[in-house]
Amino acid sequence: MELVMALAIGILFTIGVYLILSKTLLRIVLGTSLLTHGVHLLLLTMAGLKKGAAPVLGKEDTYVDPLPQALILTSIVISFGVTAFYFVLAYRSYQSLGTDDIDSIKEAKE
Amino acid sequence: MNNMLVLPILIPLSTAVILIFFKEKIRLQRWISVVSSLLTILVTVLLVTRVHADGILTLQMGGWAPPYGIVFVGDMFALLLVMTASLVSFAILLYSFSSIGEKREKYYYYTFFHFLLVGVYGSFLTGDIFNLFVFFEVMLISSYALISLGGTKLQLRETSKYLLINIVSSTLFVAAVAYLYAAAGTLNMAHLSQRITEAGQGGIINVIAVLFLIVFSLKAGLFLFFWLPGSYSAPPPAIRALFGALLTKVGLYAIIRTFTLLFVNDSDLTHNLIAWMAAATMILGSLGAVAYKDIPRIFNYNVIISVGFVALGLAAGTQDSLNGAVFYLLHDILAKALLFILGGLIISAAGTDQLSGMGGMIKKYPLLGWLFFILALALVGIPPLSGFAGKLLIIRGALDAGMLTLALIGLGSSFMVLYSLIKVFRLAFWGSEPGKKSPAVSIKGATAVAAGLLVLVIAMGIGADPLYAFVSQAGDVLASPAEYIQAVMMKE
Repeated sequence: MELVMALAIGILFTIGVYLILSKTLLRIVLGTSLLTHGVHLLLLTMAGLKKGAAPVLGKEDTYVDPLPQALILTSIVISFGVTAFYFVLAYRSYQSLGTDDIDSIKEAKE
Repeated sequence: MNNMLVLPILIPLSTAVILIFFKEKIRLQRWISVVSSLLTILVTVLLVTRVHADGILTLQMGGWAPPYGIVFVGDMFALLLVMTASLVSFAILLYSFSSIGEKREKYYYYTFFHFLLVGVYGSFLTGDIFNLFVFFEVMLISSYALISLGGTKLQLRETSKYLLINIVSSTLFVAAVAYLYAAAGTLNMAHLSQRITEAGQGGIINVIAVLFLIVFSLKAGLFLFFWLPGSYSAPPPAIRALFGALLTKVGLYAIIRTFTLLFVNDSDLTHNLIAWMAAATMILGSLGAVAYKDIPRIFNYNVIISVGFVALGLAAGTQDSLNGAVFYLLHDILAKALLFILGGLIISAAGTDQLSGMGGMIKKYPLLGWLFFILALALVGIPPLSGFAGKLLIIRGALDAGMLTLALIGLGSSFMVLYSLIKVFRLAFWGSEPGKKSPAVSIKGATAVAAGLLVLVIAMGIGADPLYAFVSQAGDVLASPAEYIQAVMMKE
């Protein structure tokens, strides 16, 4: 199971990095959001996968560690907010600068 | 009674929320902001005196005993930083009244200002590494909003870059926390410190330590500062002052905290790495400060130099140099805020940010000129101004630790600071006025704020001796983490 997760995380990271390195702003935003997904899976895997029953209910003696899920939830909320902001910013700079190509944005003057 | 520890976060947080409801009433917004800032200053001063008398304060959120719950730790280091930050943010708030412009004020400038402070104070006070991430994000999201507020082309362009850099580094931050949790099984910093010491700092912990170093260096501008000069030039001067004074310092605080508390057992590797990063930062920052001819960039490179200098204090790791790092950090928060405020005043008085378009301003604005000159001396470290004690302690610590080259680089960077600031002073204030006359602007109110901050800088220099009692209390905790751990984990 860990191997599958590791592969999934690796693929998410690869695509994320690839997208971030591309030229259009939209792809970069998508890249960052894939990257954070990868990191969330990493957090889940690192804390140990499915070692027992659901926590809190007390049905079994061994239960999974609930902490990583709380952490992931927090991190998802944060990345949701940041991604939303990034999209608005990308749209706004497209309106104002007339392009979403990173190279032309760099050349744009005041 | 330790509940007071949450007030430095609660006050700006509730202020920010209240301000949202008064979008159009600028005067009211200003008054609420001033009252809230004064309250924060009062609370932090009280907290500092309490810690000075009774030692480290801790607050367990929701009564969950560590290591299970989130804990707030008010040790002297964190609280001194919170106090200085609250003083400086008050000055910047007053400066923004005259400089930020009605439009930005109506679009929630003060709200974001206070949210940013929540993030800054929270990062200083928390004792949980994931909570540190959360407060970092609070701070960063507010800074994204502030840096793009106004939506000029330059701002939009720079925000895209700034945002991307920070998202990537935050991603790495979460990854580092994940690895650390897998390796040590806890997130409470005091508990982590215990466990890492028990298990020994092997290869895996070293990799995690370096990962954290990369993350925090990106935020602090330690060696990985390529994004900083451009991004910090984009927003208006008040926001620039806020960023230059506080944001990089939070990153530095995180580096100092993690590398004096968590990753202390293999300092040959980690602290040497920090030392060389510090050296590179100071050298490259000096080159930048000397090379550019526009005020925002010269000042931004000055921020970078001082980041390197504080990191040198951490790398040396002696009692002296840690005290010096604390001292210098406090001085630098004050001085950099003042530097950026004065820079903003010079730019608005001259009508341009290029040095080539300035000259002869000493006639029209003598007070501004002399404030700038004294500040330049303070930043270089001329006694009895505030930069001296910190520099002396750091250099002495570095020499004690046998880092002669690094100490020399640190001293050399001071000369570069002197050169770059005197260059600004000479070109902007002396010489003949440029051909086109810039309209005279009234900057009296803002100059008074700057003068107030300068009084603090001078007082900090003259009062270095009584202040040292507080600073050394902070340095003691950094030098021997046992005290910090004991304060947090006492329930066991």
